[in-house]
Amino acid sequence: MTEPKKPEFILKGIPASPGIAKGPVYLFRKHEPTVEERSLEDGDIQNEITRLEQSIARSKKELRKIYDFAEKKLGNNQAKILEAQLLILDDAIIFGTVFDRVRKEKKNAEFIVHDEIGKYHRLMIAAKDEYTRERANDLEDVRNRILRNLQEQRLVSKFEGSNIVVAQNLSAADTLILSRNEVLAFATEIGGSTSHSVLLARAMKIPTVVGLPHVAGKSHDGDTMILDGYSGIVIINPSEGTIRKYERKQKKYKEFEERLSALRDLPAETLDGHRIQLAANIELVEELEFVKMQGADGVGLYRSEILLLGKEVFPSEQEQVHQYKILAEALYPKQVIIRTFDIGGDKLMMQAVTEKNPFLGWRGIRVMLDKEDLFLDQLRAILRASTRKNVAVMFPMISSIKEVRSAKKFLEEAKRQLKSKDILFDENIKIGVMVEVPSAAVIAEDLAQEVDFLSIGTNDLIQYLLAVDRGNEIVSSLYQEFHPAVVRFLRRIIERGKRGDVWVGMCGEMAGDPLATLLLLGLGLDEFSVVPTMLPEIKKIIRSVHFTEAKHVADKVLEMQTEDEIKTYLQRIMKEKFPDIPTG
Amino acid sequence: MIEREVTIRNKMGLHTRPAASIVKLAAKFKSDFYIEKDGVEINGKSIIGVMTLAAEQGAKMLLRFTGVDEEEATKAMADLFDRGFDEEM
Repeated sequence: MTEPKKPEFILKGIPASPGIAKGPVYLFRKHEPTVEERSLEDGDIQNEITRLEQSIARSKKELRKIYDFAEKKLGNNQAKILEAQLLILDDAIIFGTVFDRVRKEKKNAEFIVHDEIGKYHRLMIAAKDEYTRERANDLEDVRNRILRNLQEQRLVSKFEGSNIVVAQNLSAADTLILSRNEVLAFATEIGGSTSHSVLLARAMKIPTVVGLPHVAGKSHDGDTMILDGYSGIVIINPSEGTIRKYERKQKKYKEFEERLSALRDLPAETLDGHRIQLAANIELVEELEFVKMQGADGVGLYRSEILLLGKEVFPSEQEQVHQYKILAEALYPKQVIIRTFDIGGDKLMMQAVTEKNPFLGWRGIRVMLDKEDLFLDQLRAILRASTRKNVAVMFPMISSIKEVRSAKKFLEEAKRQLKSKDILFDENIKIGVMVEVPSAAVIAEDLAQEVDFLSIGTNDLIQYLLAVDRGNEIVSSLYQEFHPAVVRFLRRIIERGKRGDVWVGMCGEMAGDPLATLLLLGLGLDEFSVVPTMLPEIKKIIRSVHFTEAKHVADKVLEMQTEDEIKTYLQRIMKEKFPDIPTG
Repeated sequence: MIEREVTIRNKMGLHTRPAASIVKLAAKFKSDFYIEKDGVEINGKSIIGVMTLAAEQGAKMLLRFTGVDEEEATKAMADLFDRGFDEEM
């Protein structure tokens, strides 16, 4: 008798790393160990103490291994995230108390460990500052690790054969450890498309979809799954028909990718000879190889604040010089644009800053202008990396002429400091600003007098312009790239900027959206800086049209009054001309 | 028993690195060592305890050493605080 067919489930998430995979599900589970309270006989106490000692020793060994592995794969900066946990395991006082309590109260180790560490955890989780609350997570992780070892539960991360890993969430460390197996794809419930683990998955070329509600709950070990990393669709227990459909899709994508890779060394130029710069947005040094493979014209945005992730002290000038030099060398002679630290004040961990409205508060250039020493450190480091003249500097969240002039003064001061020590740098280093605050867009022609280029940050610009918080589920659908106000605003920025004789680029997500390419091209955008995986597709679109066509598209769109009209129009064109490229 | 008031001087406050320095230094001495801040007392030889202090630049706290080497210990620890844990101040 045949088993009843399991129902086919289709889920839609956020595509994070391209590719199509089909295979058995491997559910990666990380749950909190359960704790029972047991009383001990006098004779058992020594055993219990020994058991506890061994668990602590094993926990230390495990963490050391992960730390070393992370250091090799991700570098010292990121591995340091685990340092706090190692220190906690060495805390003689806390563990001394734990051992004493086991002896005195005659209770089992799990109960005492859970109780004693729980006291501190409660204190830390209630702290006002974010930093201490994060240490509370470290404490909890350490506690769970000891408990797991006491119960001799191994955190399983090894499997046989090739599988699609499904999880509620995956940290960078999890992704690393799992990647030692044959992972066909990753599917998670939580996660954004720029999280650390996603960047790792892309670098490892493993198809990934995140933001899949309940995927871990709905799948079982061994279920067949199809994962489409282009569209974000995941299918559990696909029917025969669905399987065949995806096999065809997979074949088409393979051929598509092969044709795209042929474009790698060709310029991003329209059929009638209009050339634009097609660059990449990056965070990690690990992405550089991929960027070069994809044939980028350079790096249009290096998010330097990545150097602050997981670190407790601001990176020194020396450390920054080292990182920026790697970047500049790797892309030479192509240009690398380094954006100065773009963070909220609270991320600096310097003060317990709680702002009611951080989005409209102390962040971006505002923080750096207040933290003079740190700003000068970074500017000197960027200058020192510019000796081969292929580095440019960009300031985030500029909202006024006064601000950009202050920032420029700091740059001049940094130059003077280096000169006085006879340290070499590019005297004519190019300067740019991000246009993301609407006021900057309105004064674009004035800004153009102060700098060499403008780069439009659509992610924040659209939020500020339409008064919509993308992270707010209630209104996030109001965030519209193709809102007529956005389109007209973009035209304004581009025209005014070019009138001021600077080039105008875009590093926001919209630049990497194939649906927007013709429009942006027609509006006169000089540079598209996109997530590296999208480089071939955007290039293909640009190489397949005439600039005059694109201008015509832009002209028509500028007259439309609703987002729906605009999207429908663009989708129609894309379907006709580029049926292979998925456009929503 | 010796009590000494100290102030956090470095920019980043009492994050993991200074916490580790405090605990390492305290371990060198035989004296018992407690830190009191805002009415809460923690054992200064425990890194988890020190981490719960969550102190930022400018915060004041009381150091308490009790034991045969309490004088040396107090001097050394106060000095570490005064140097801003050898970090940027």
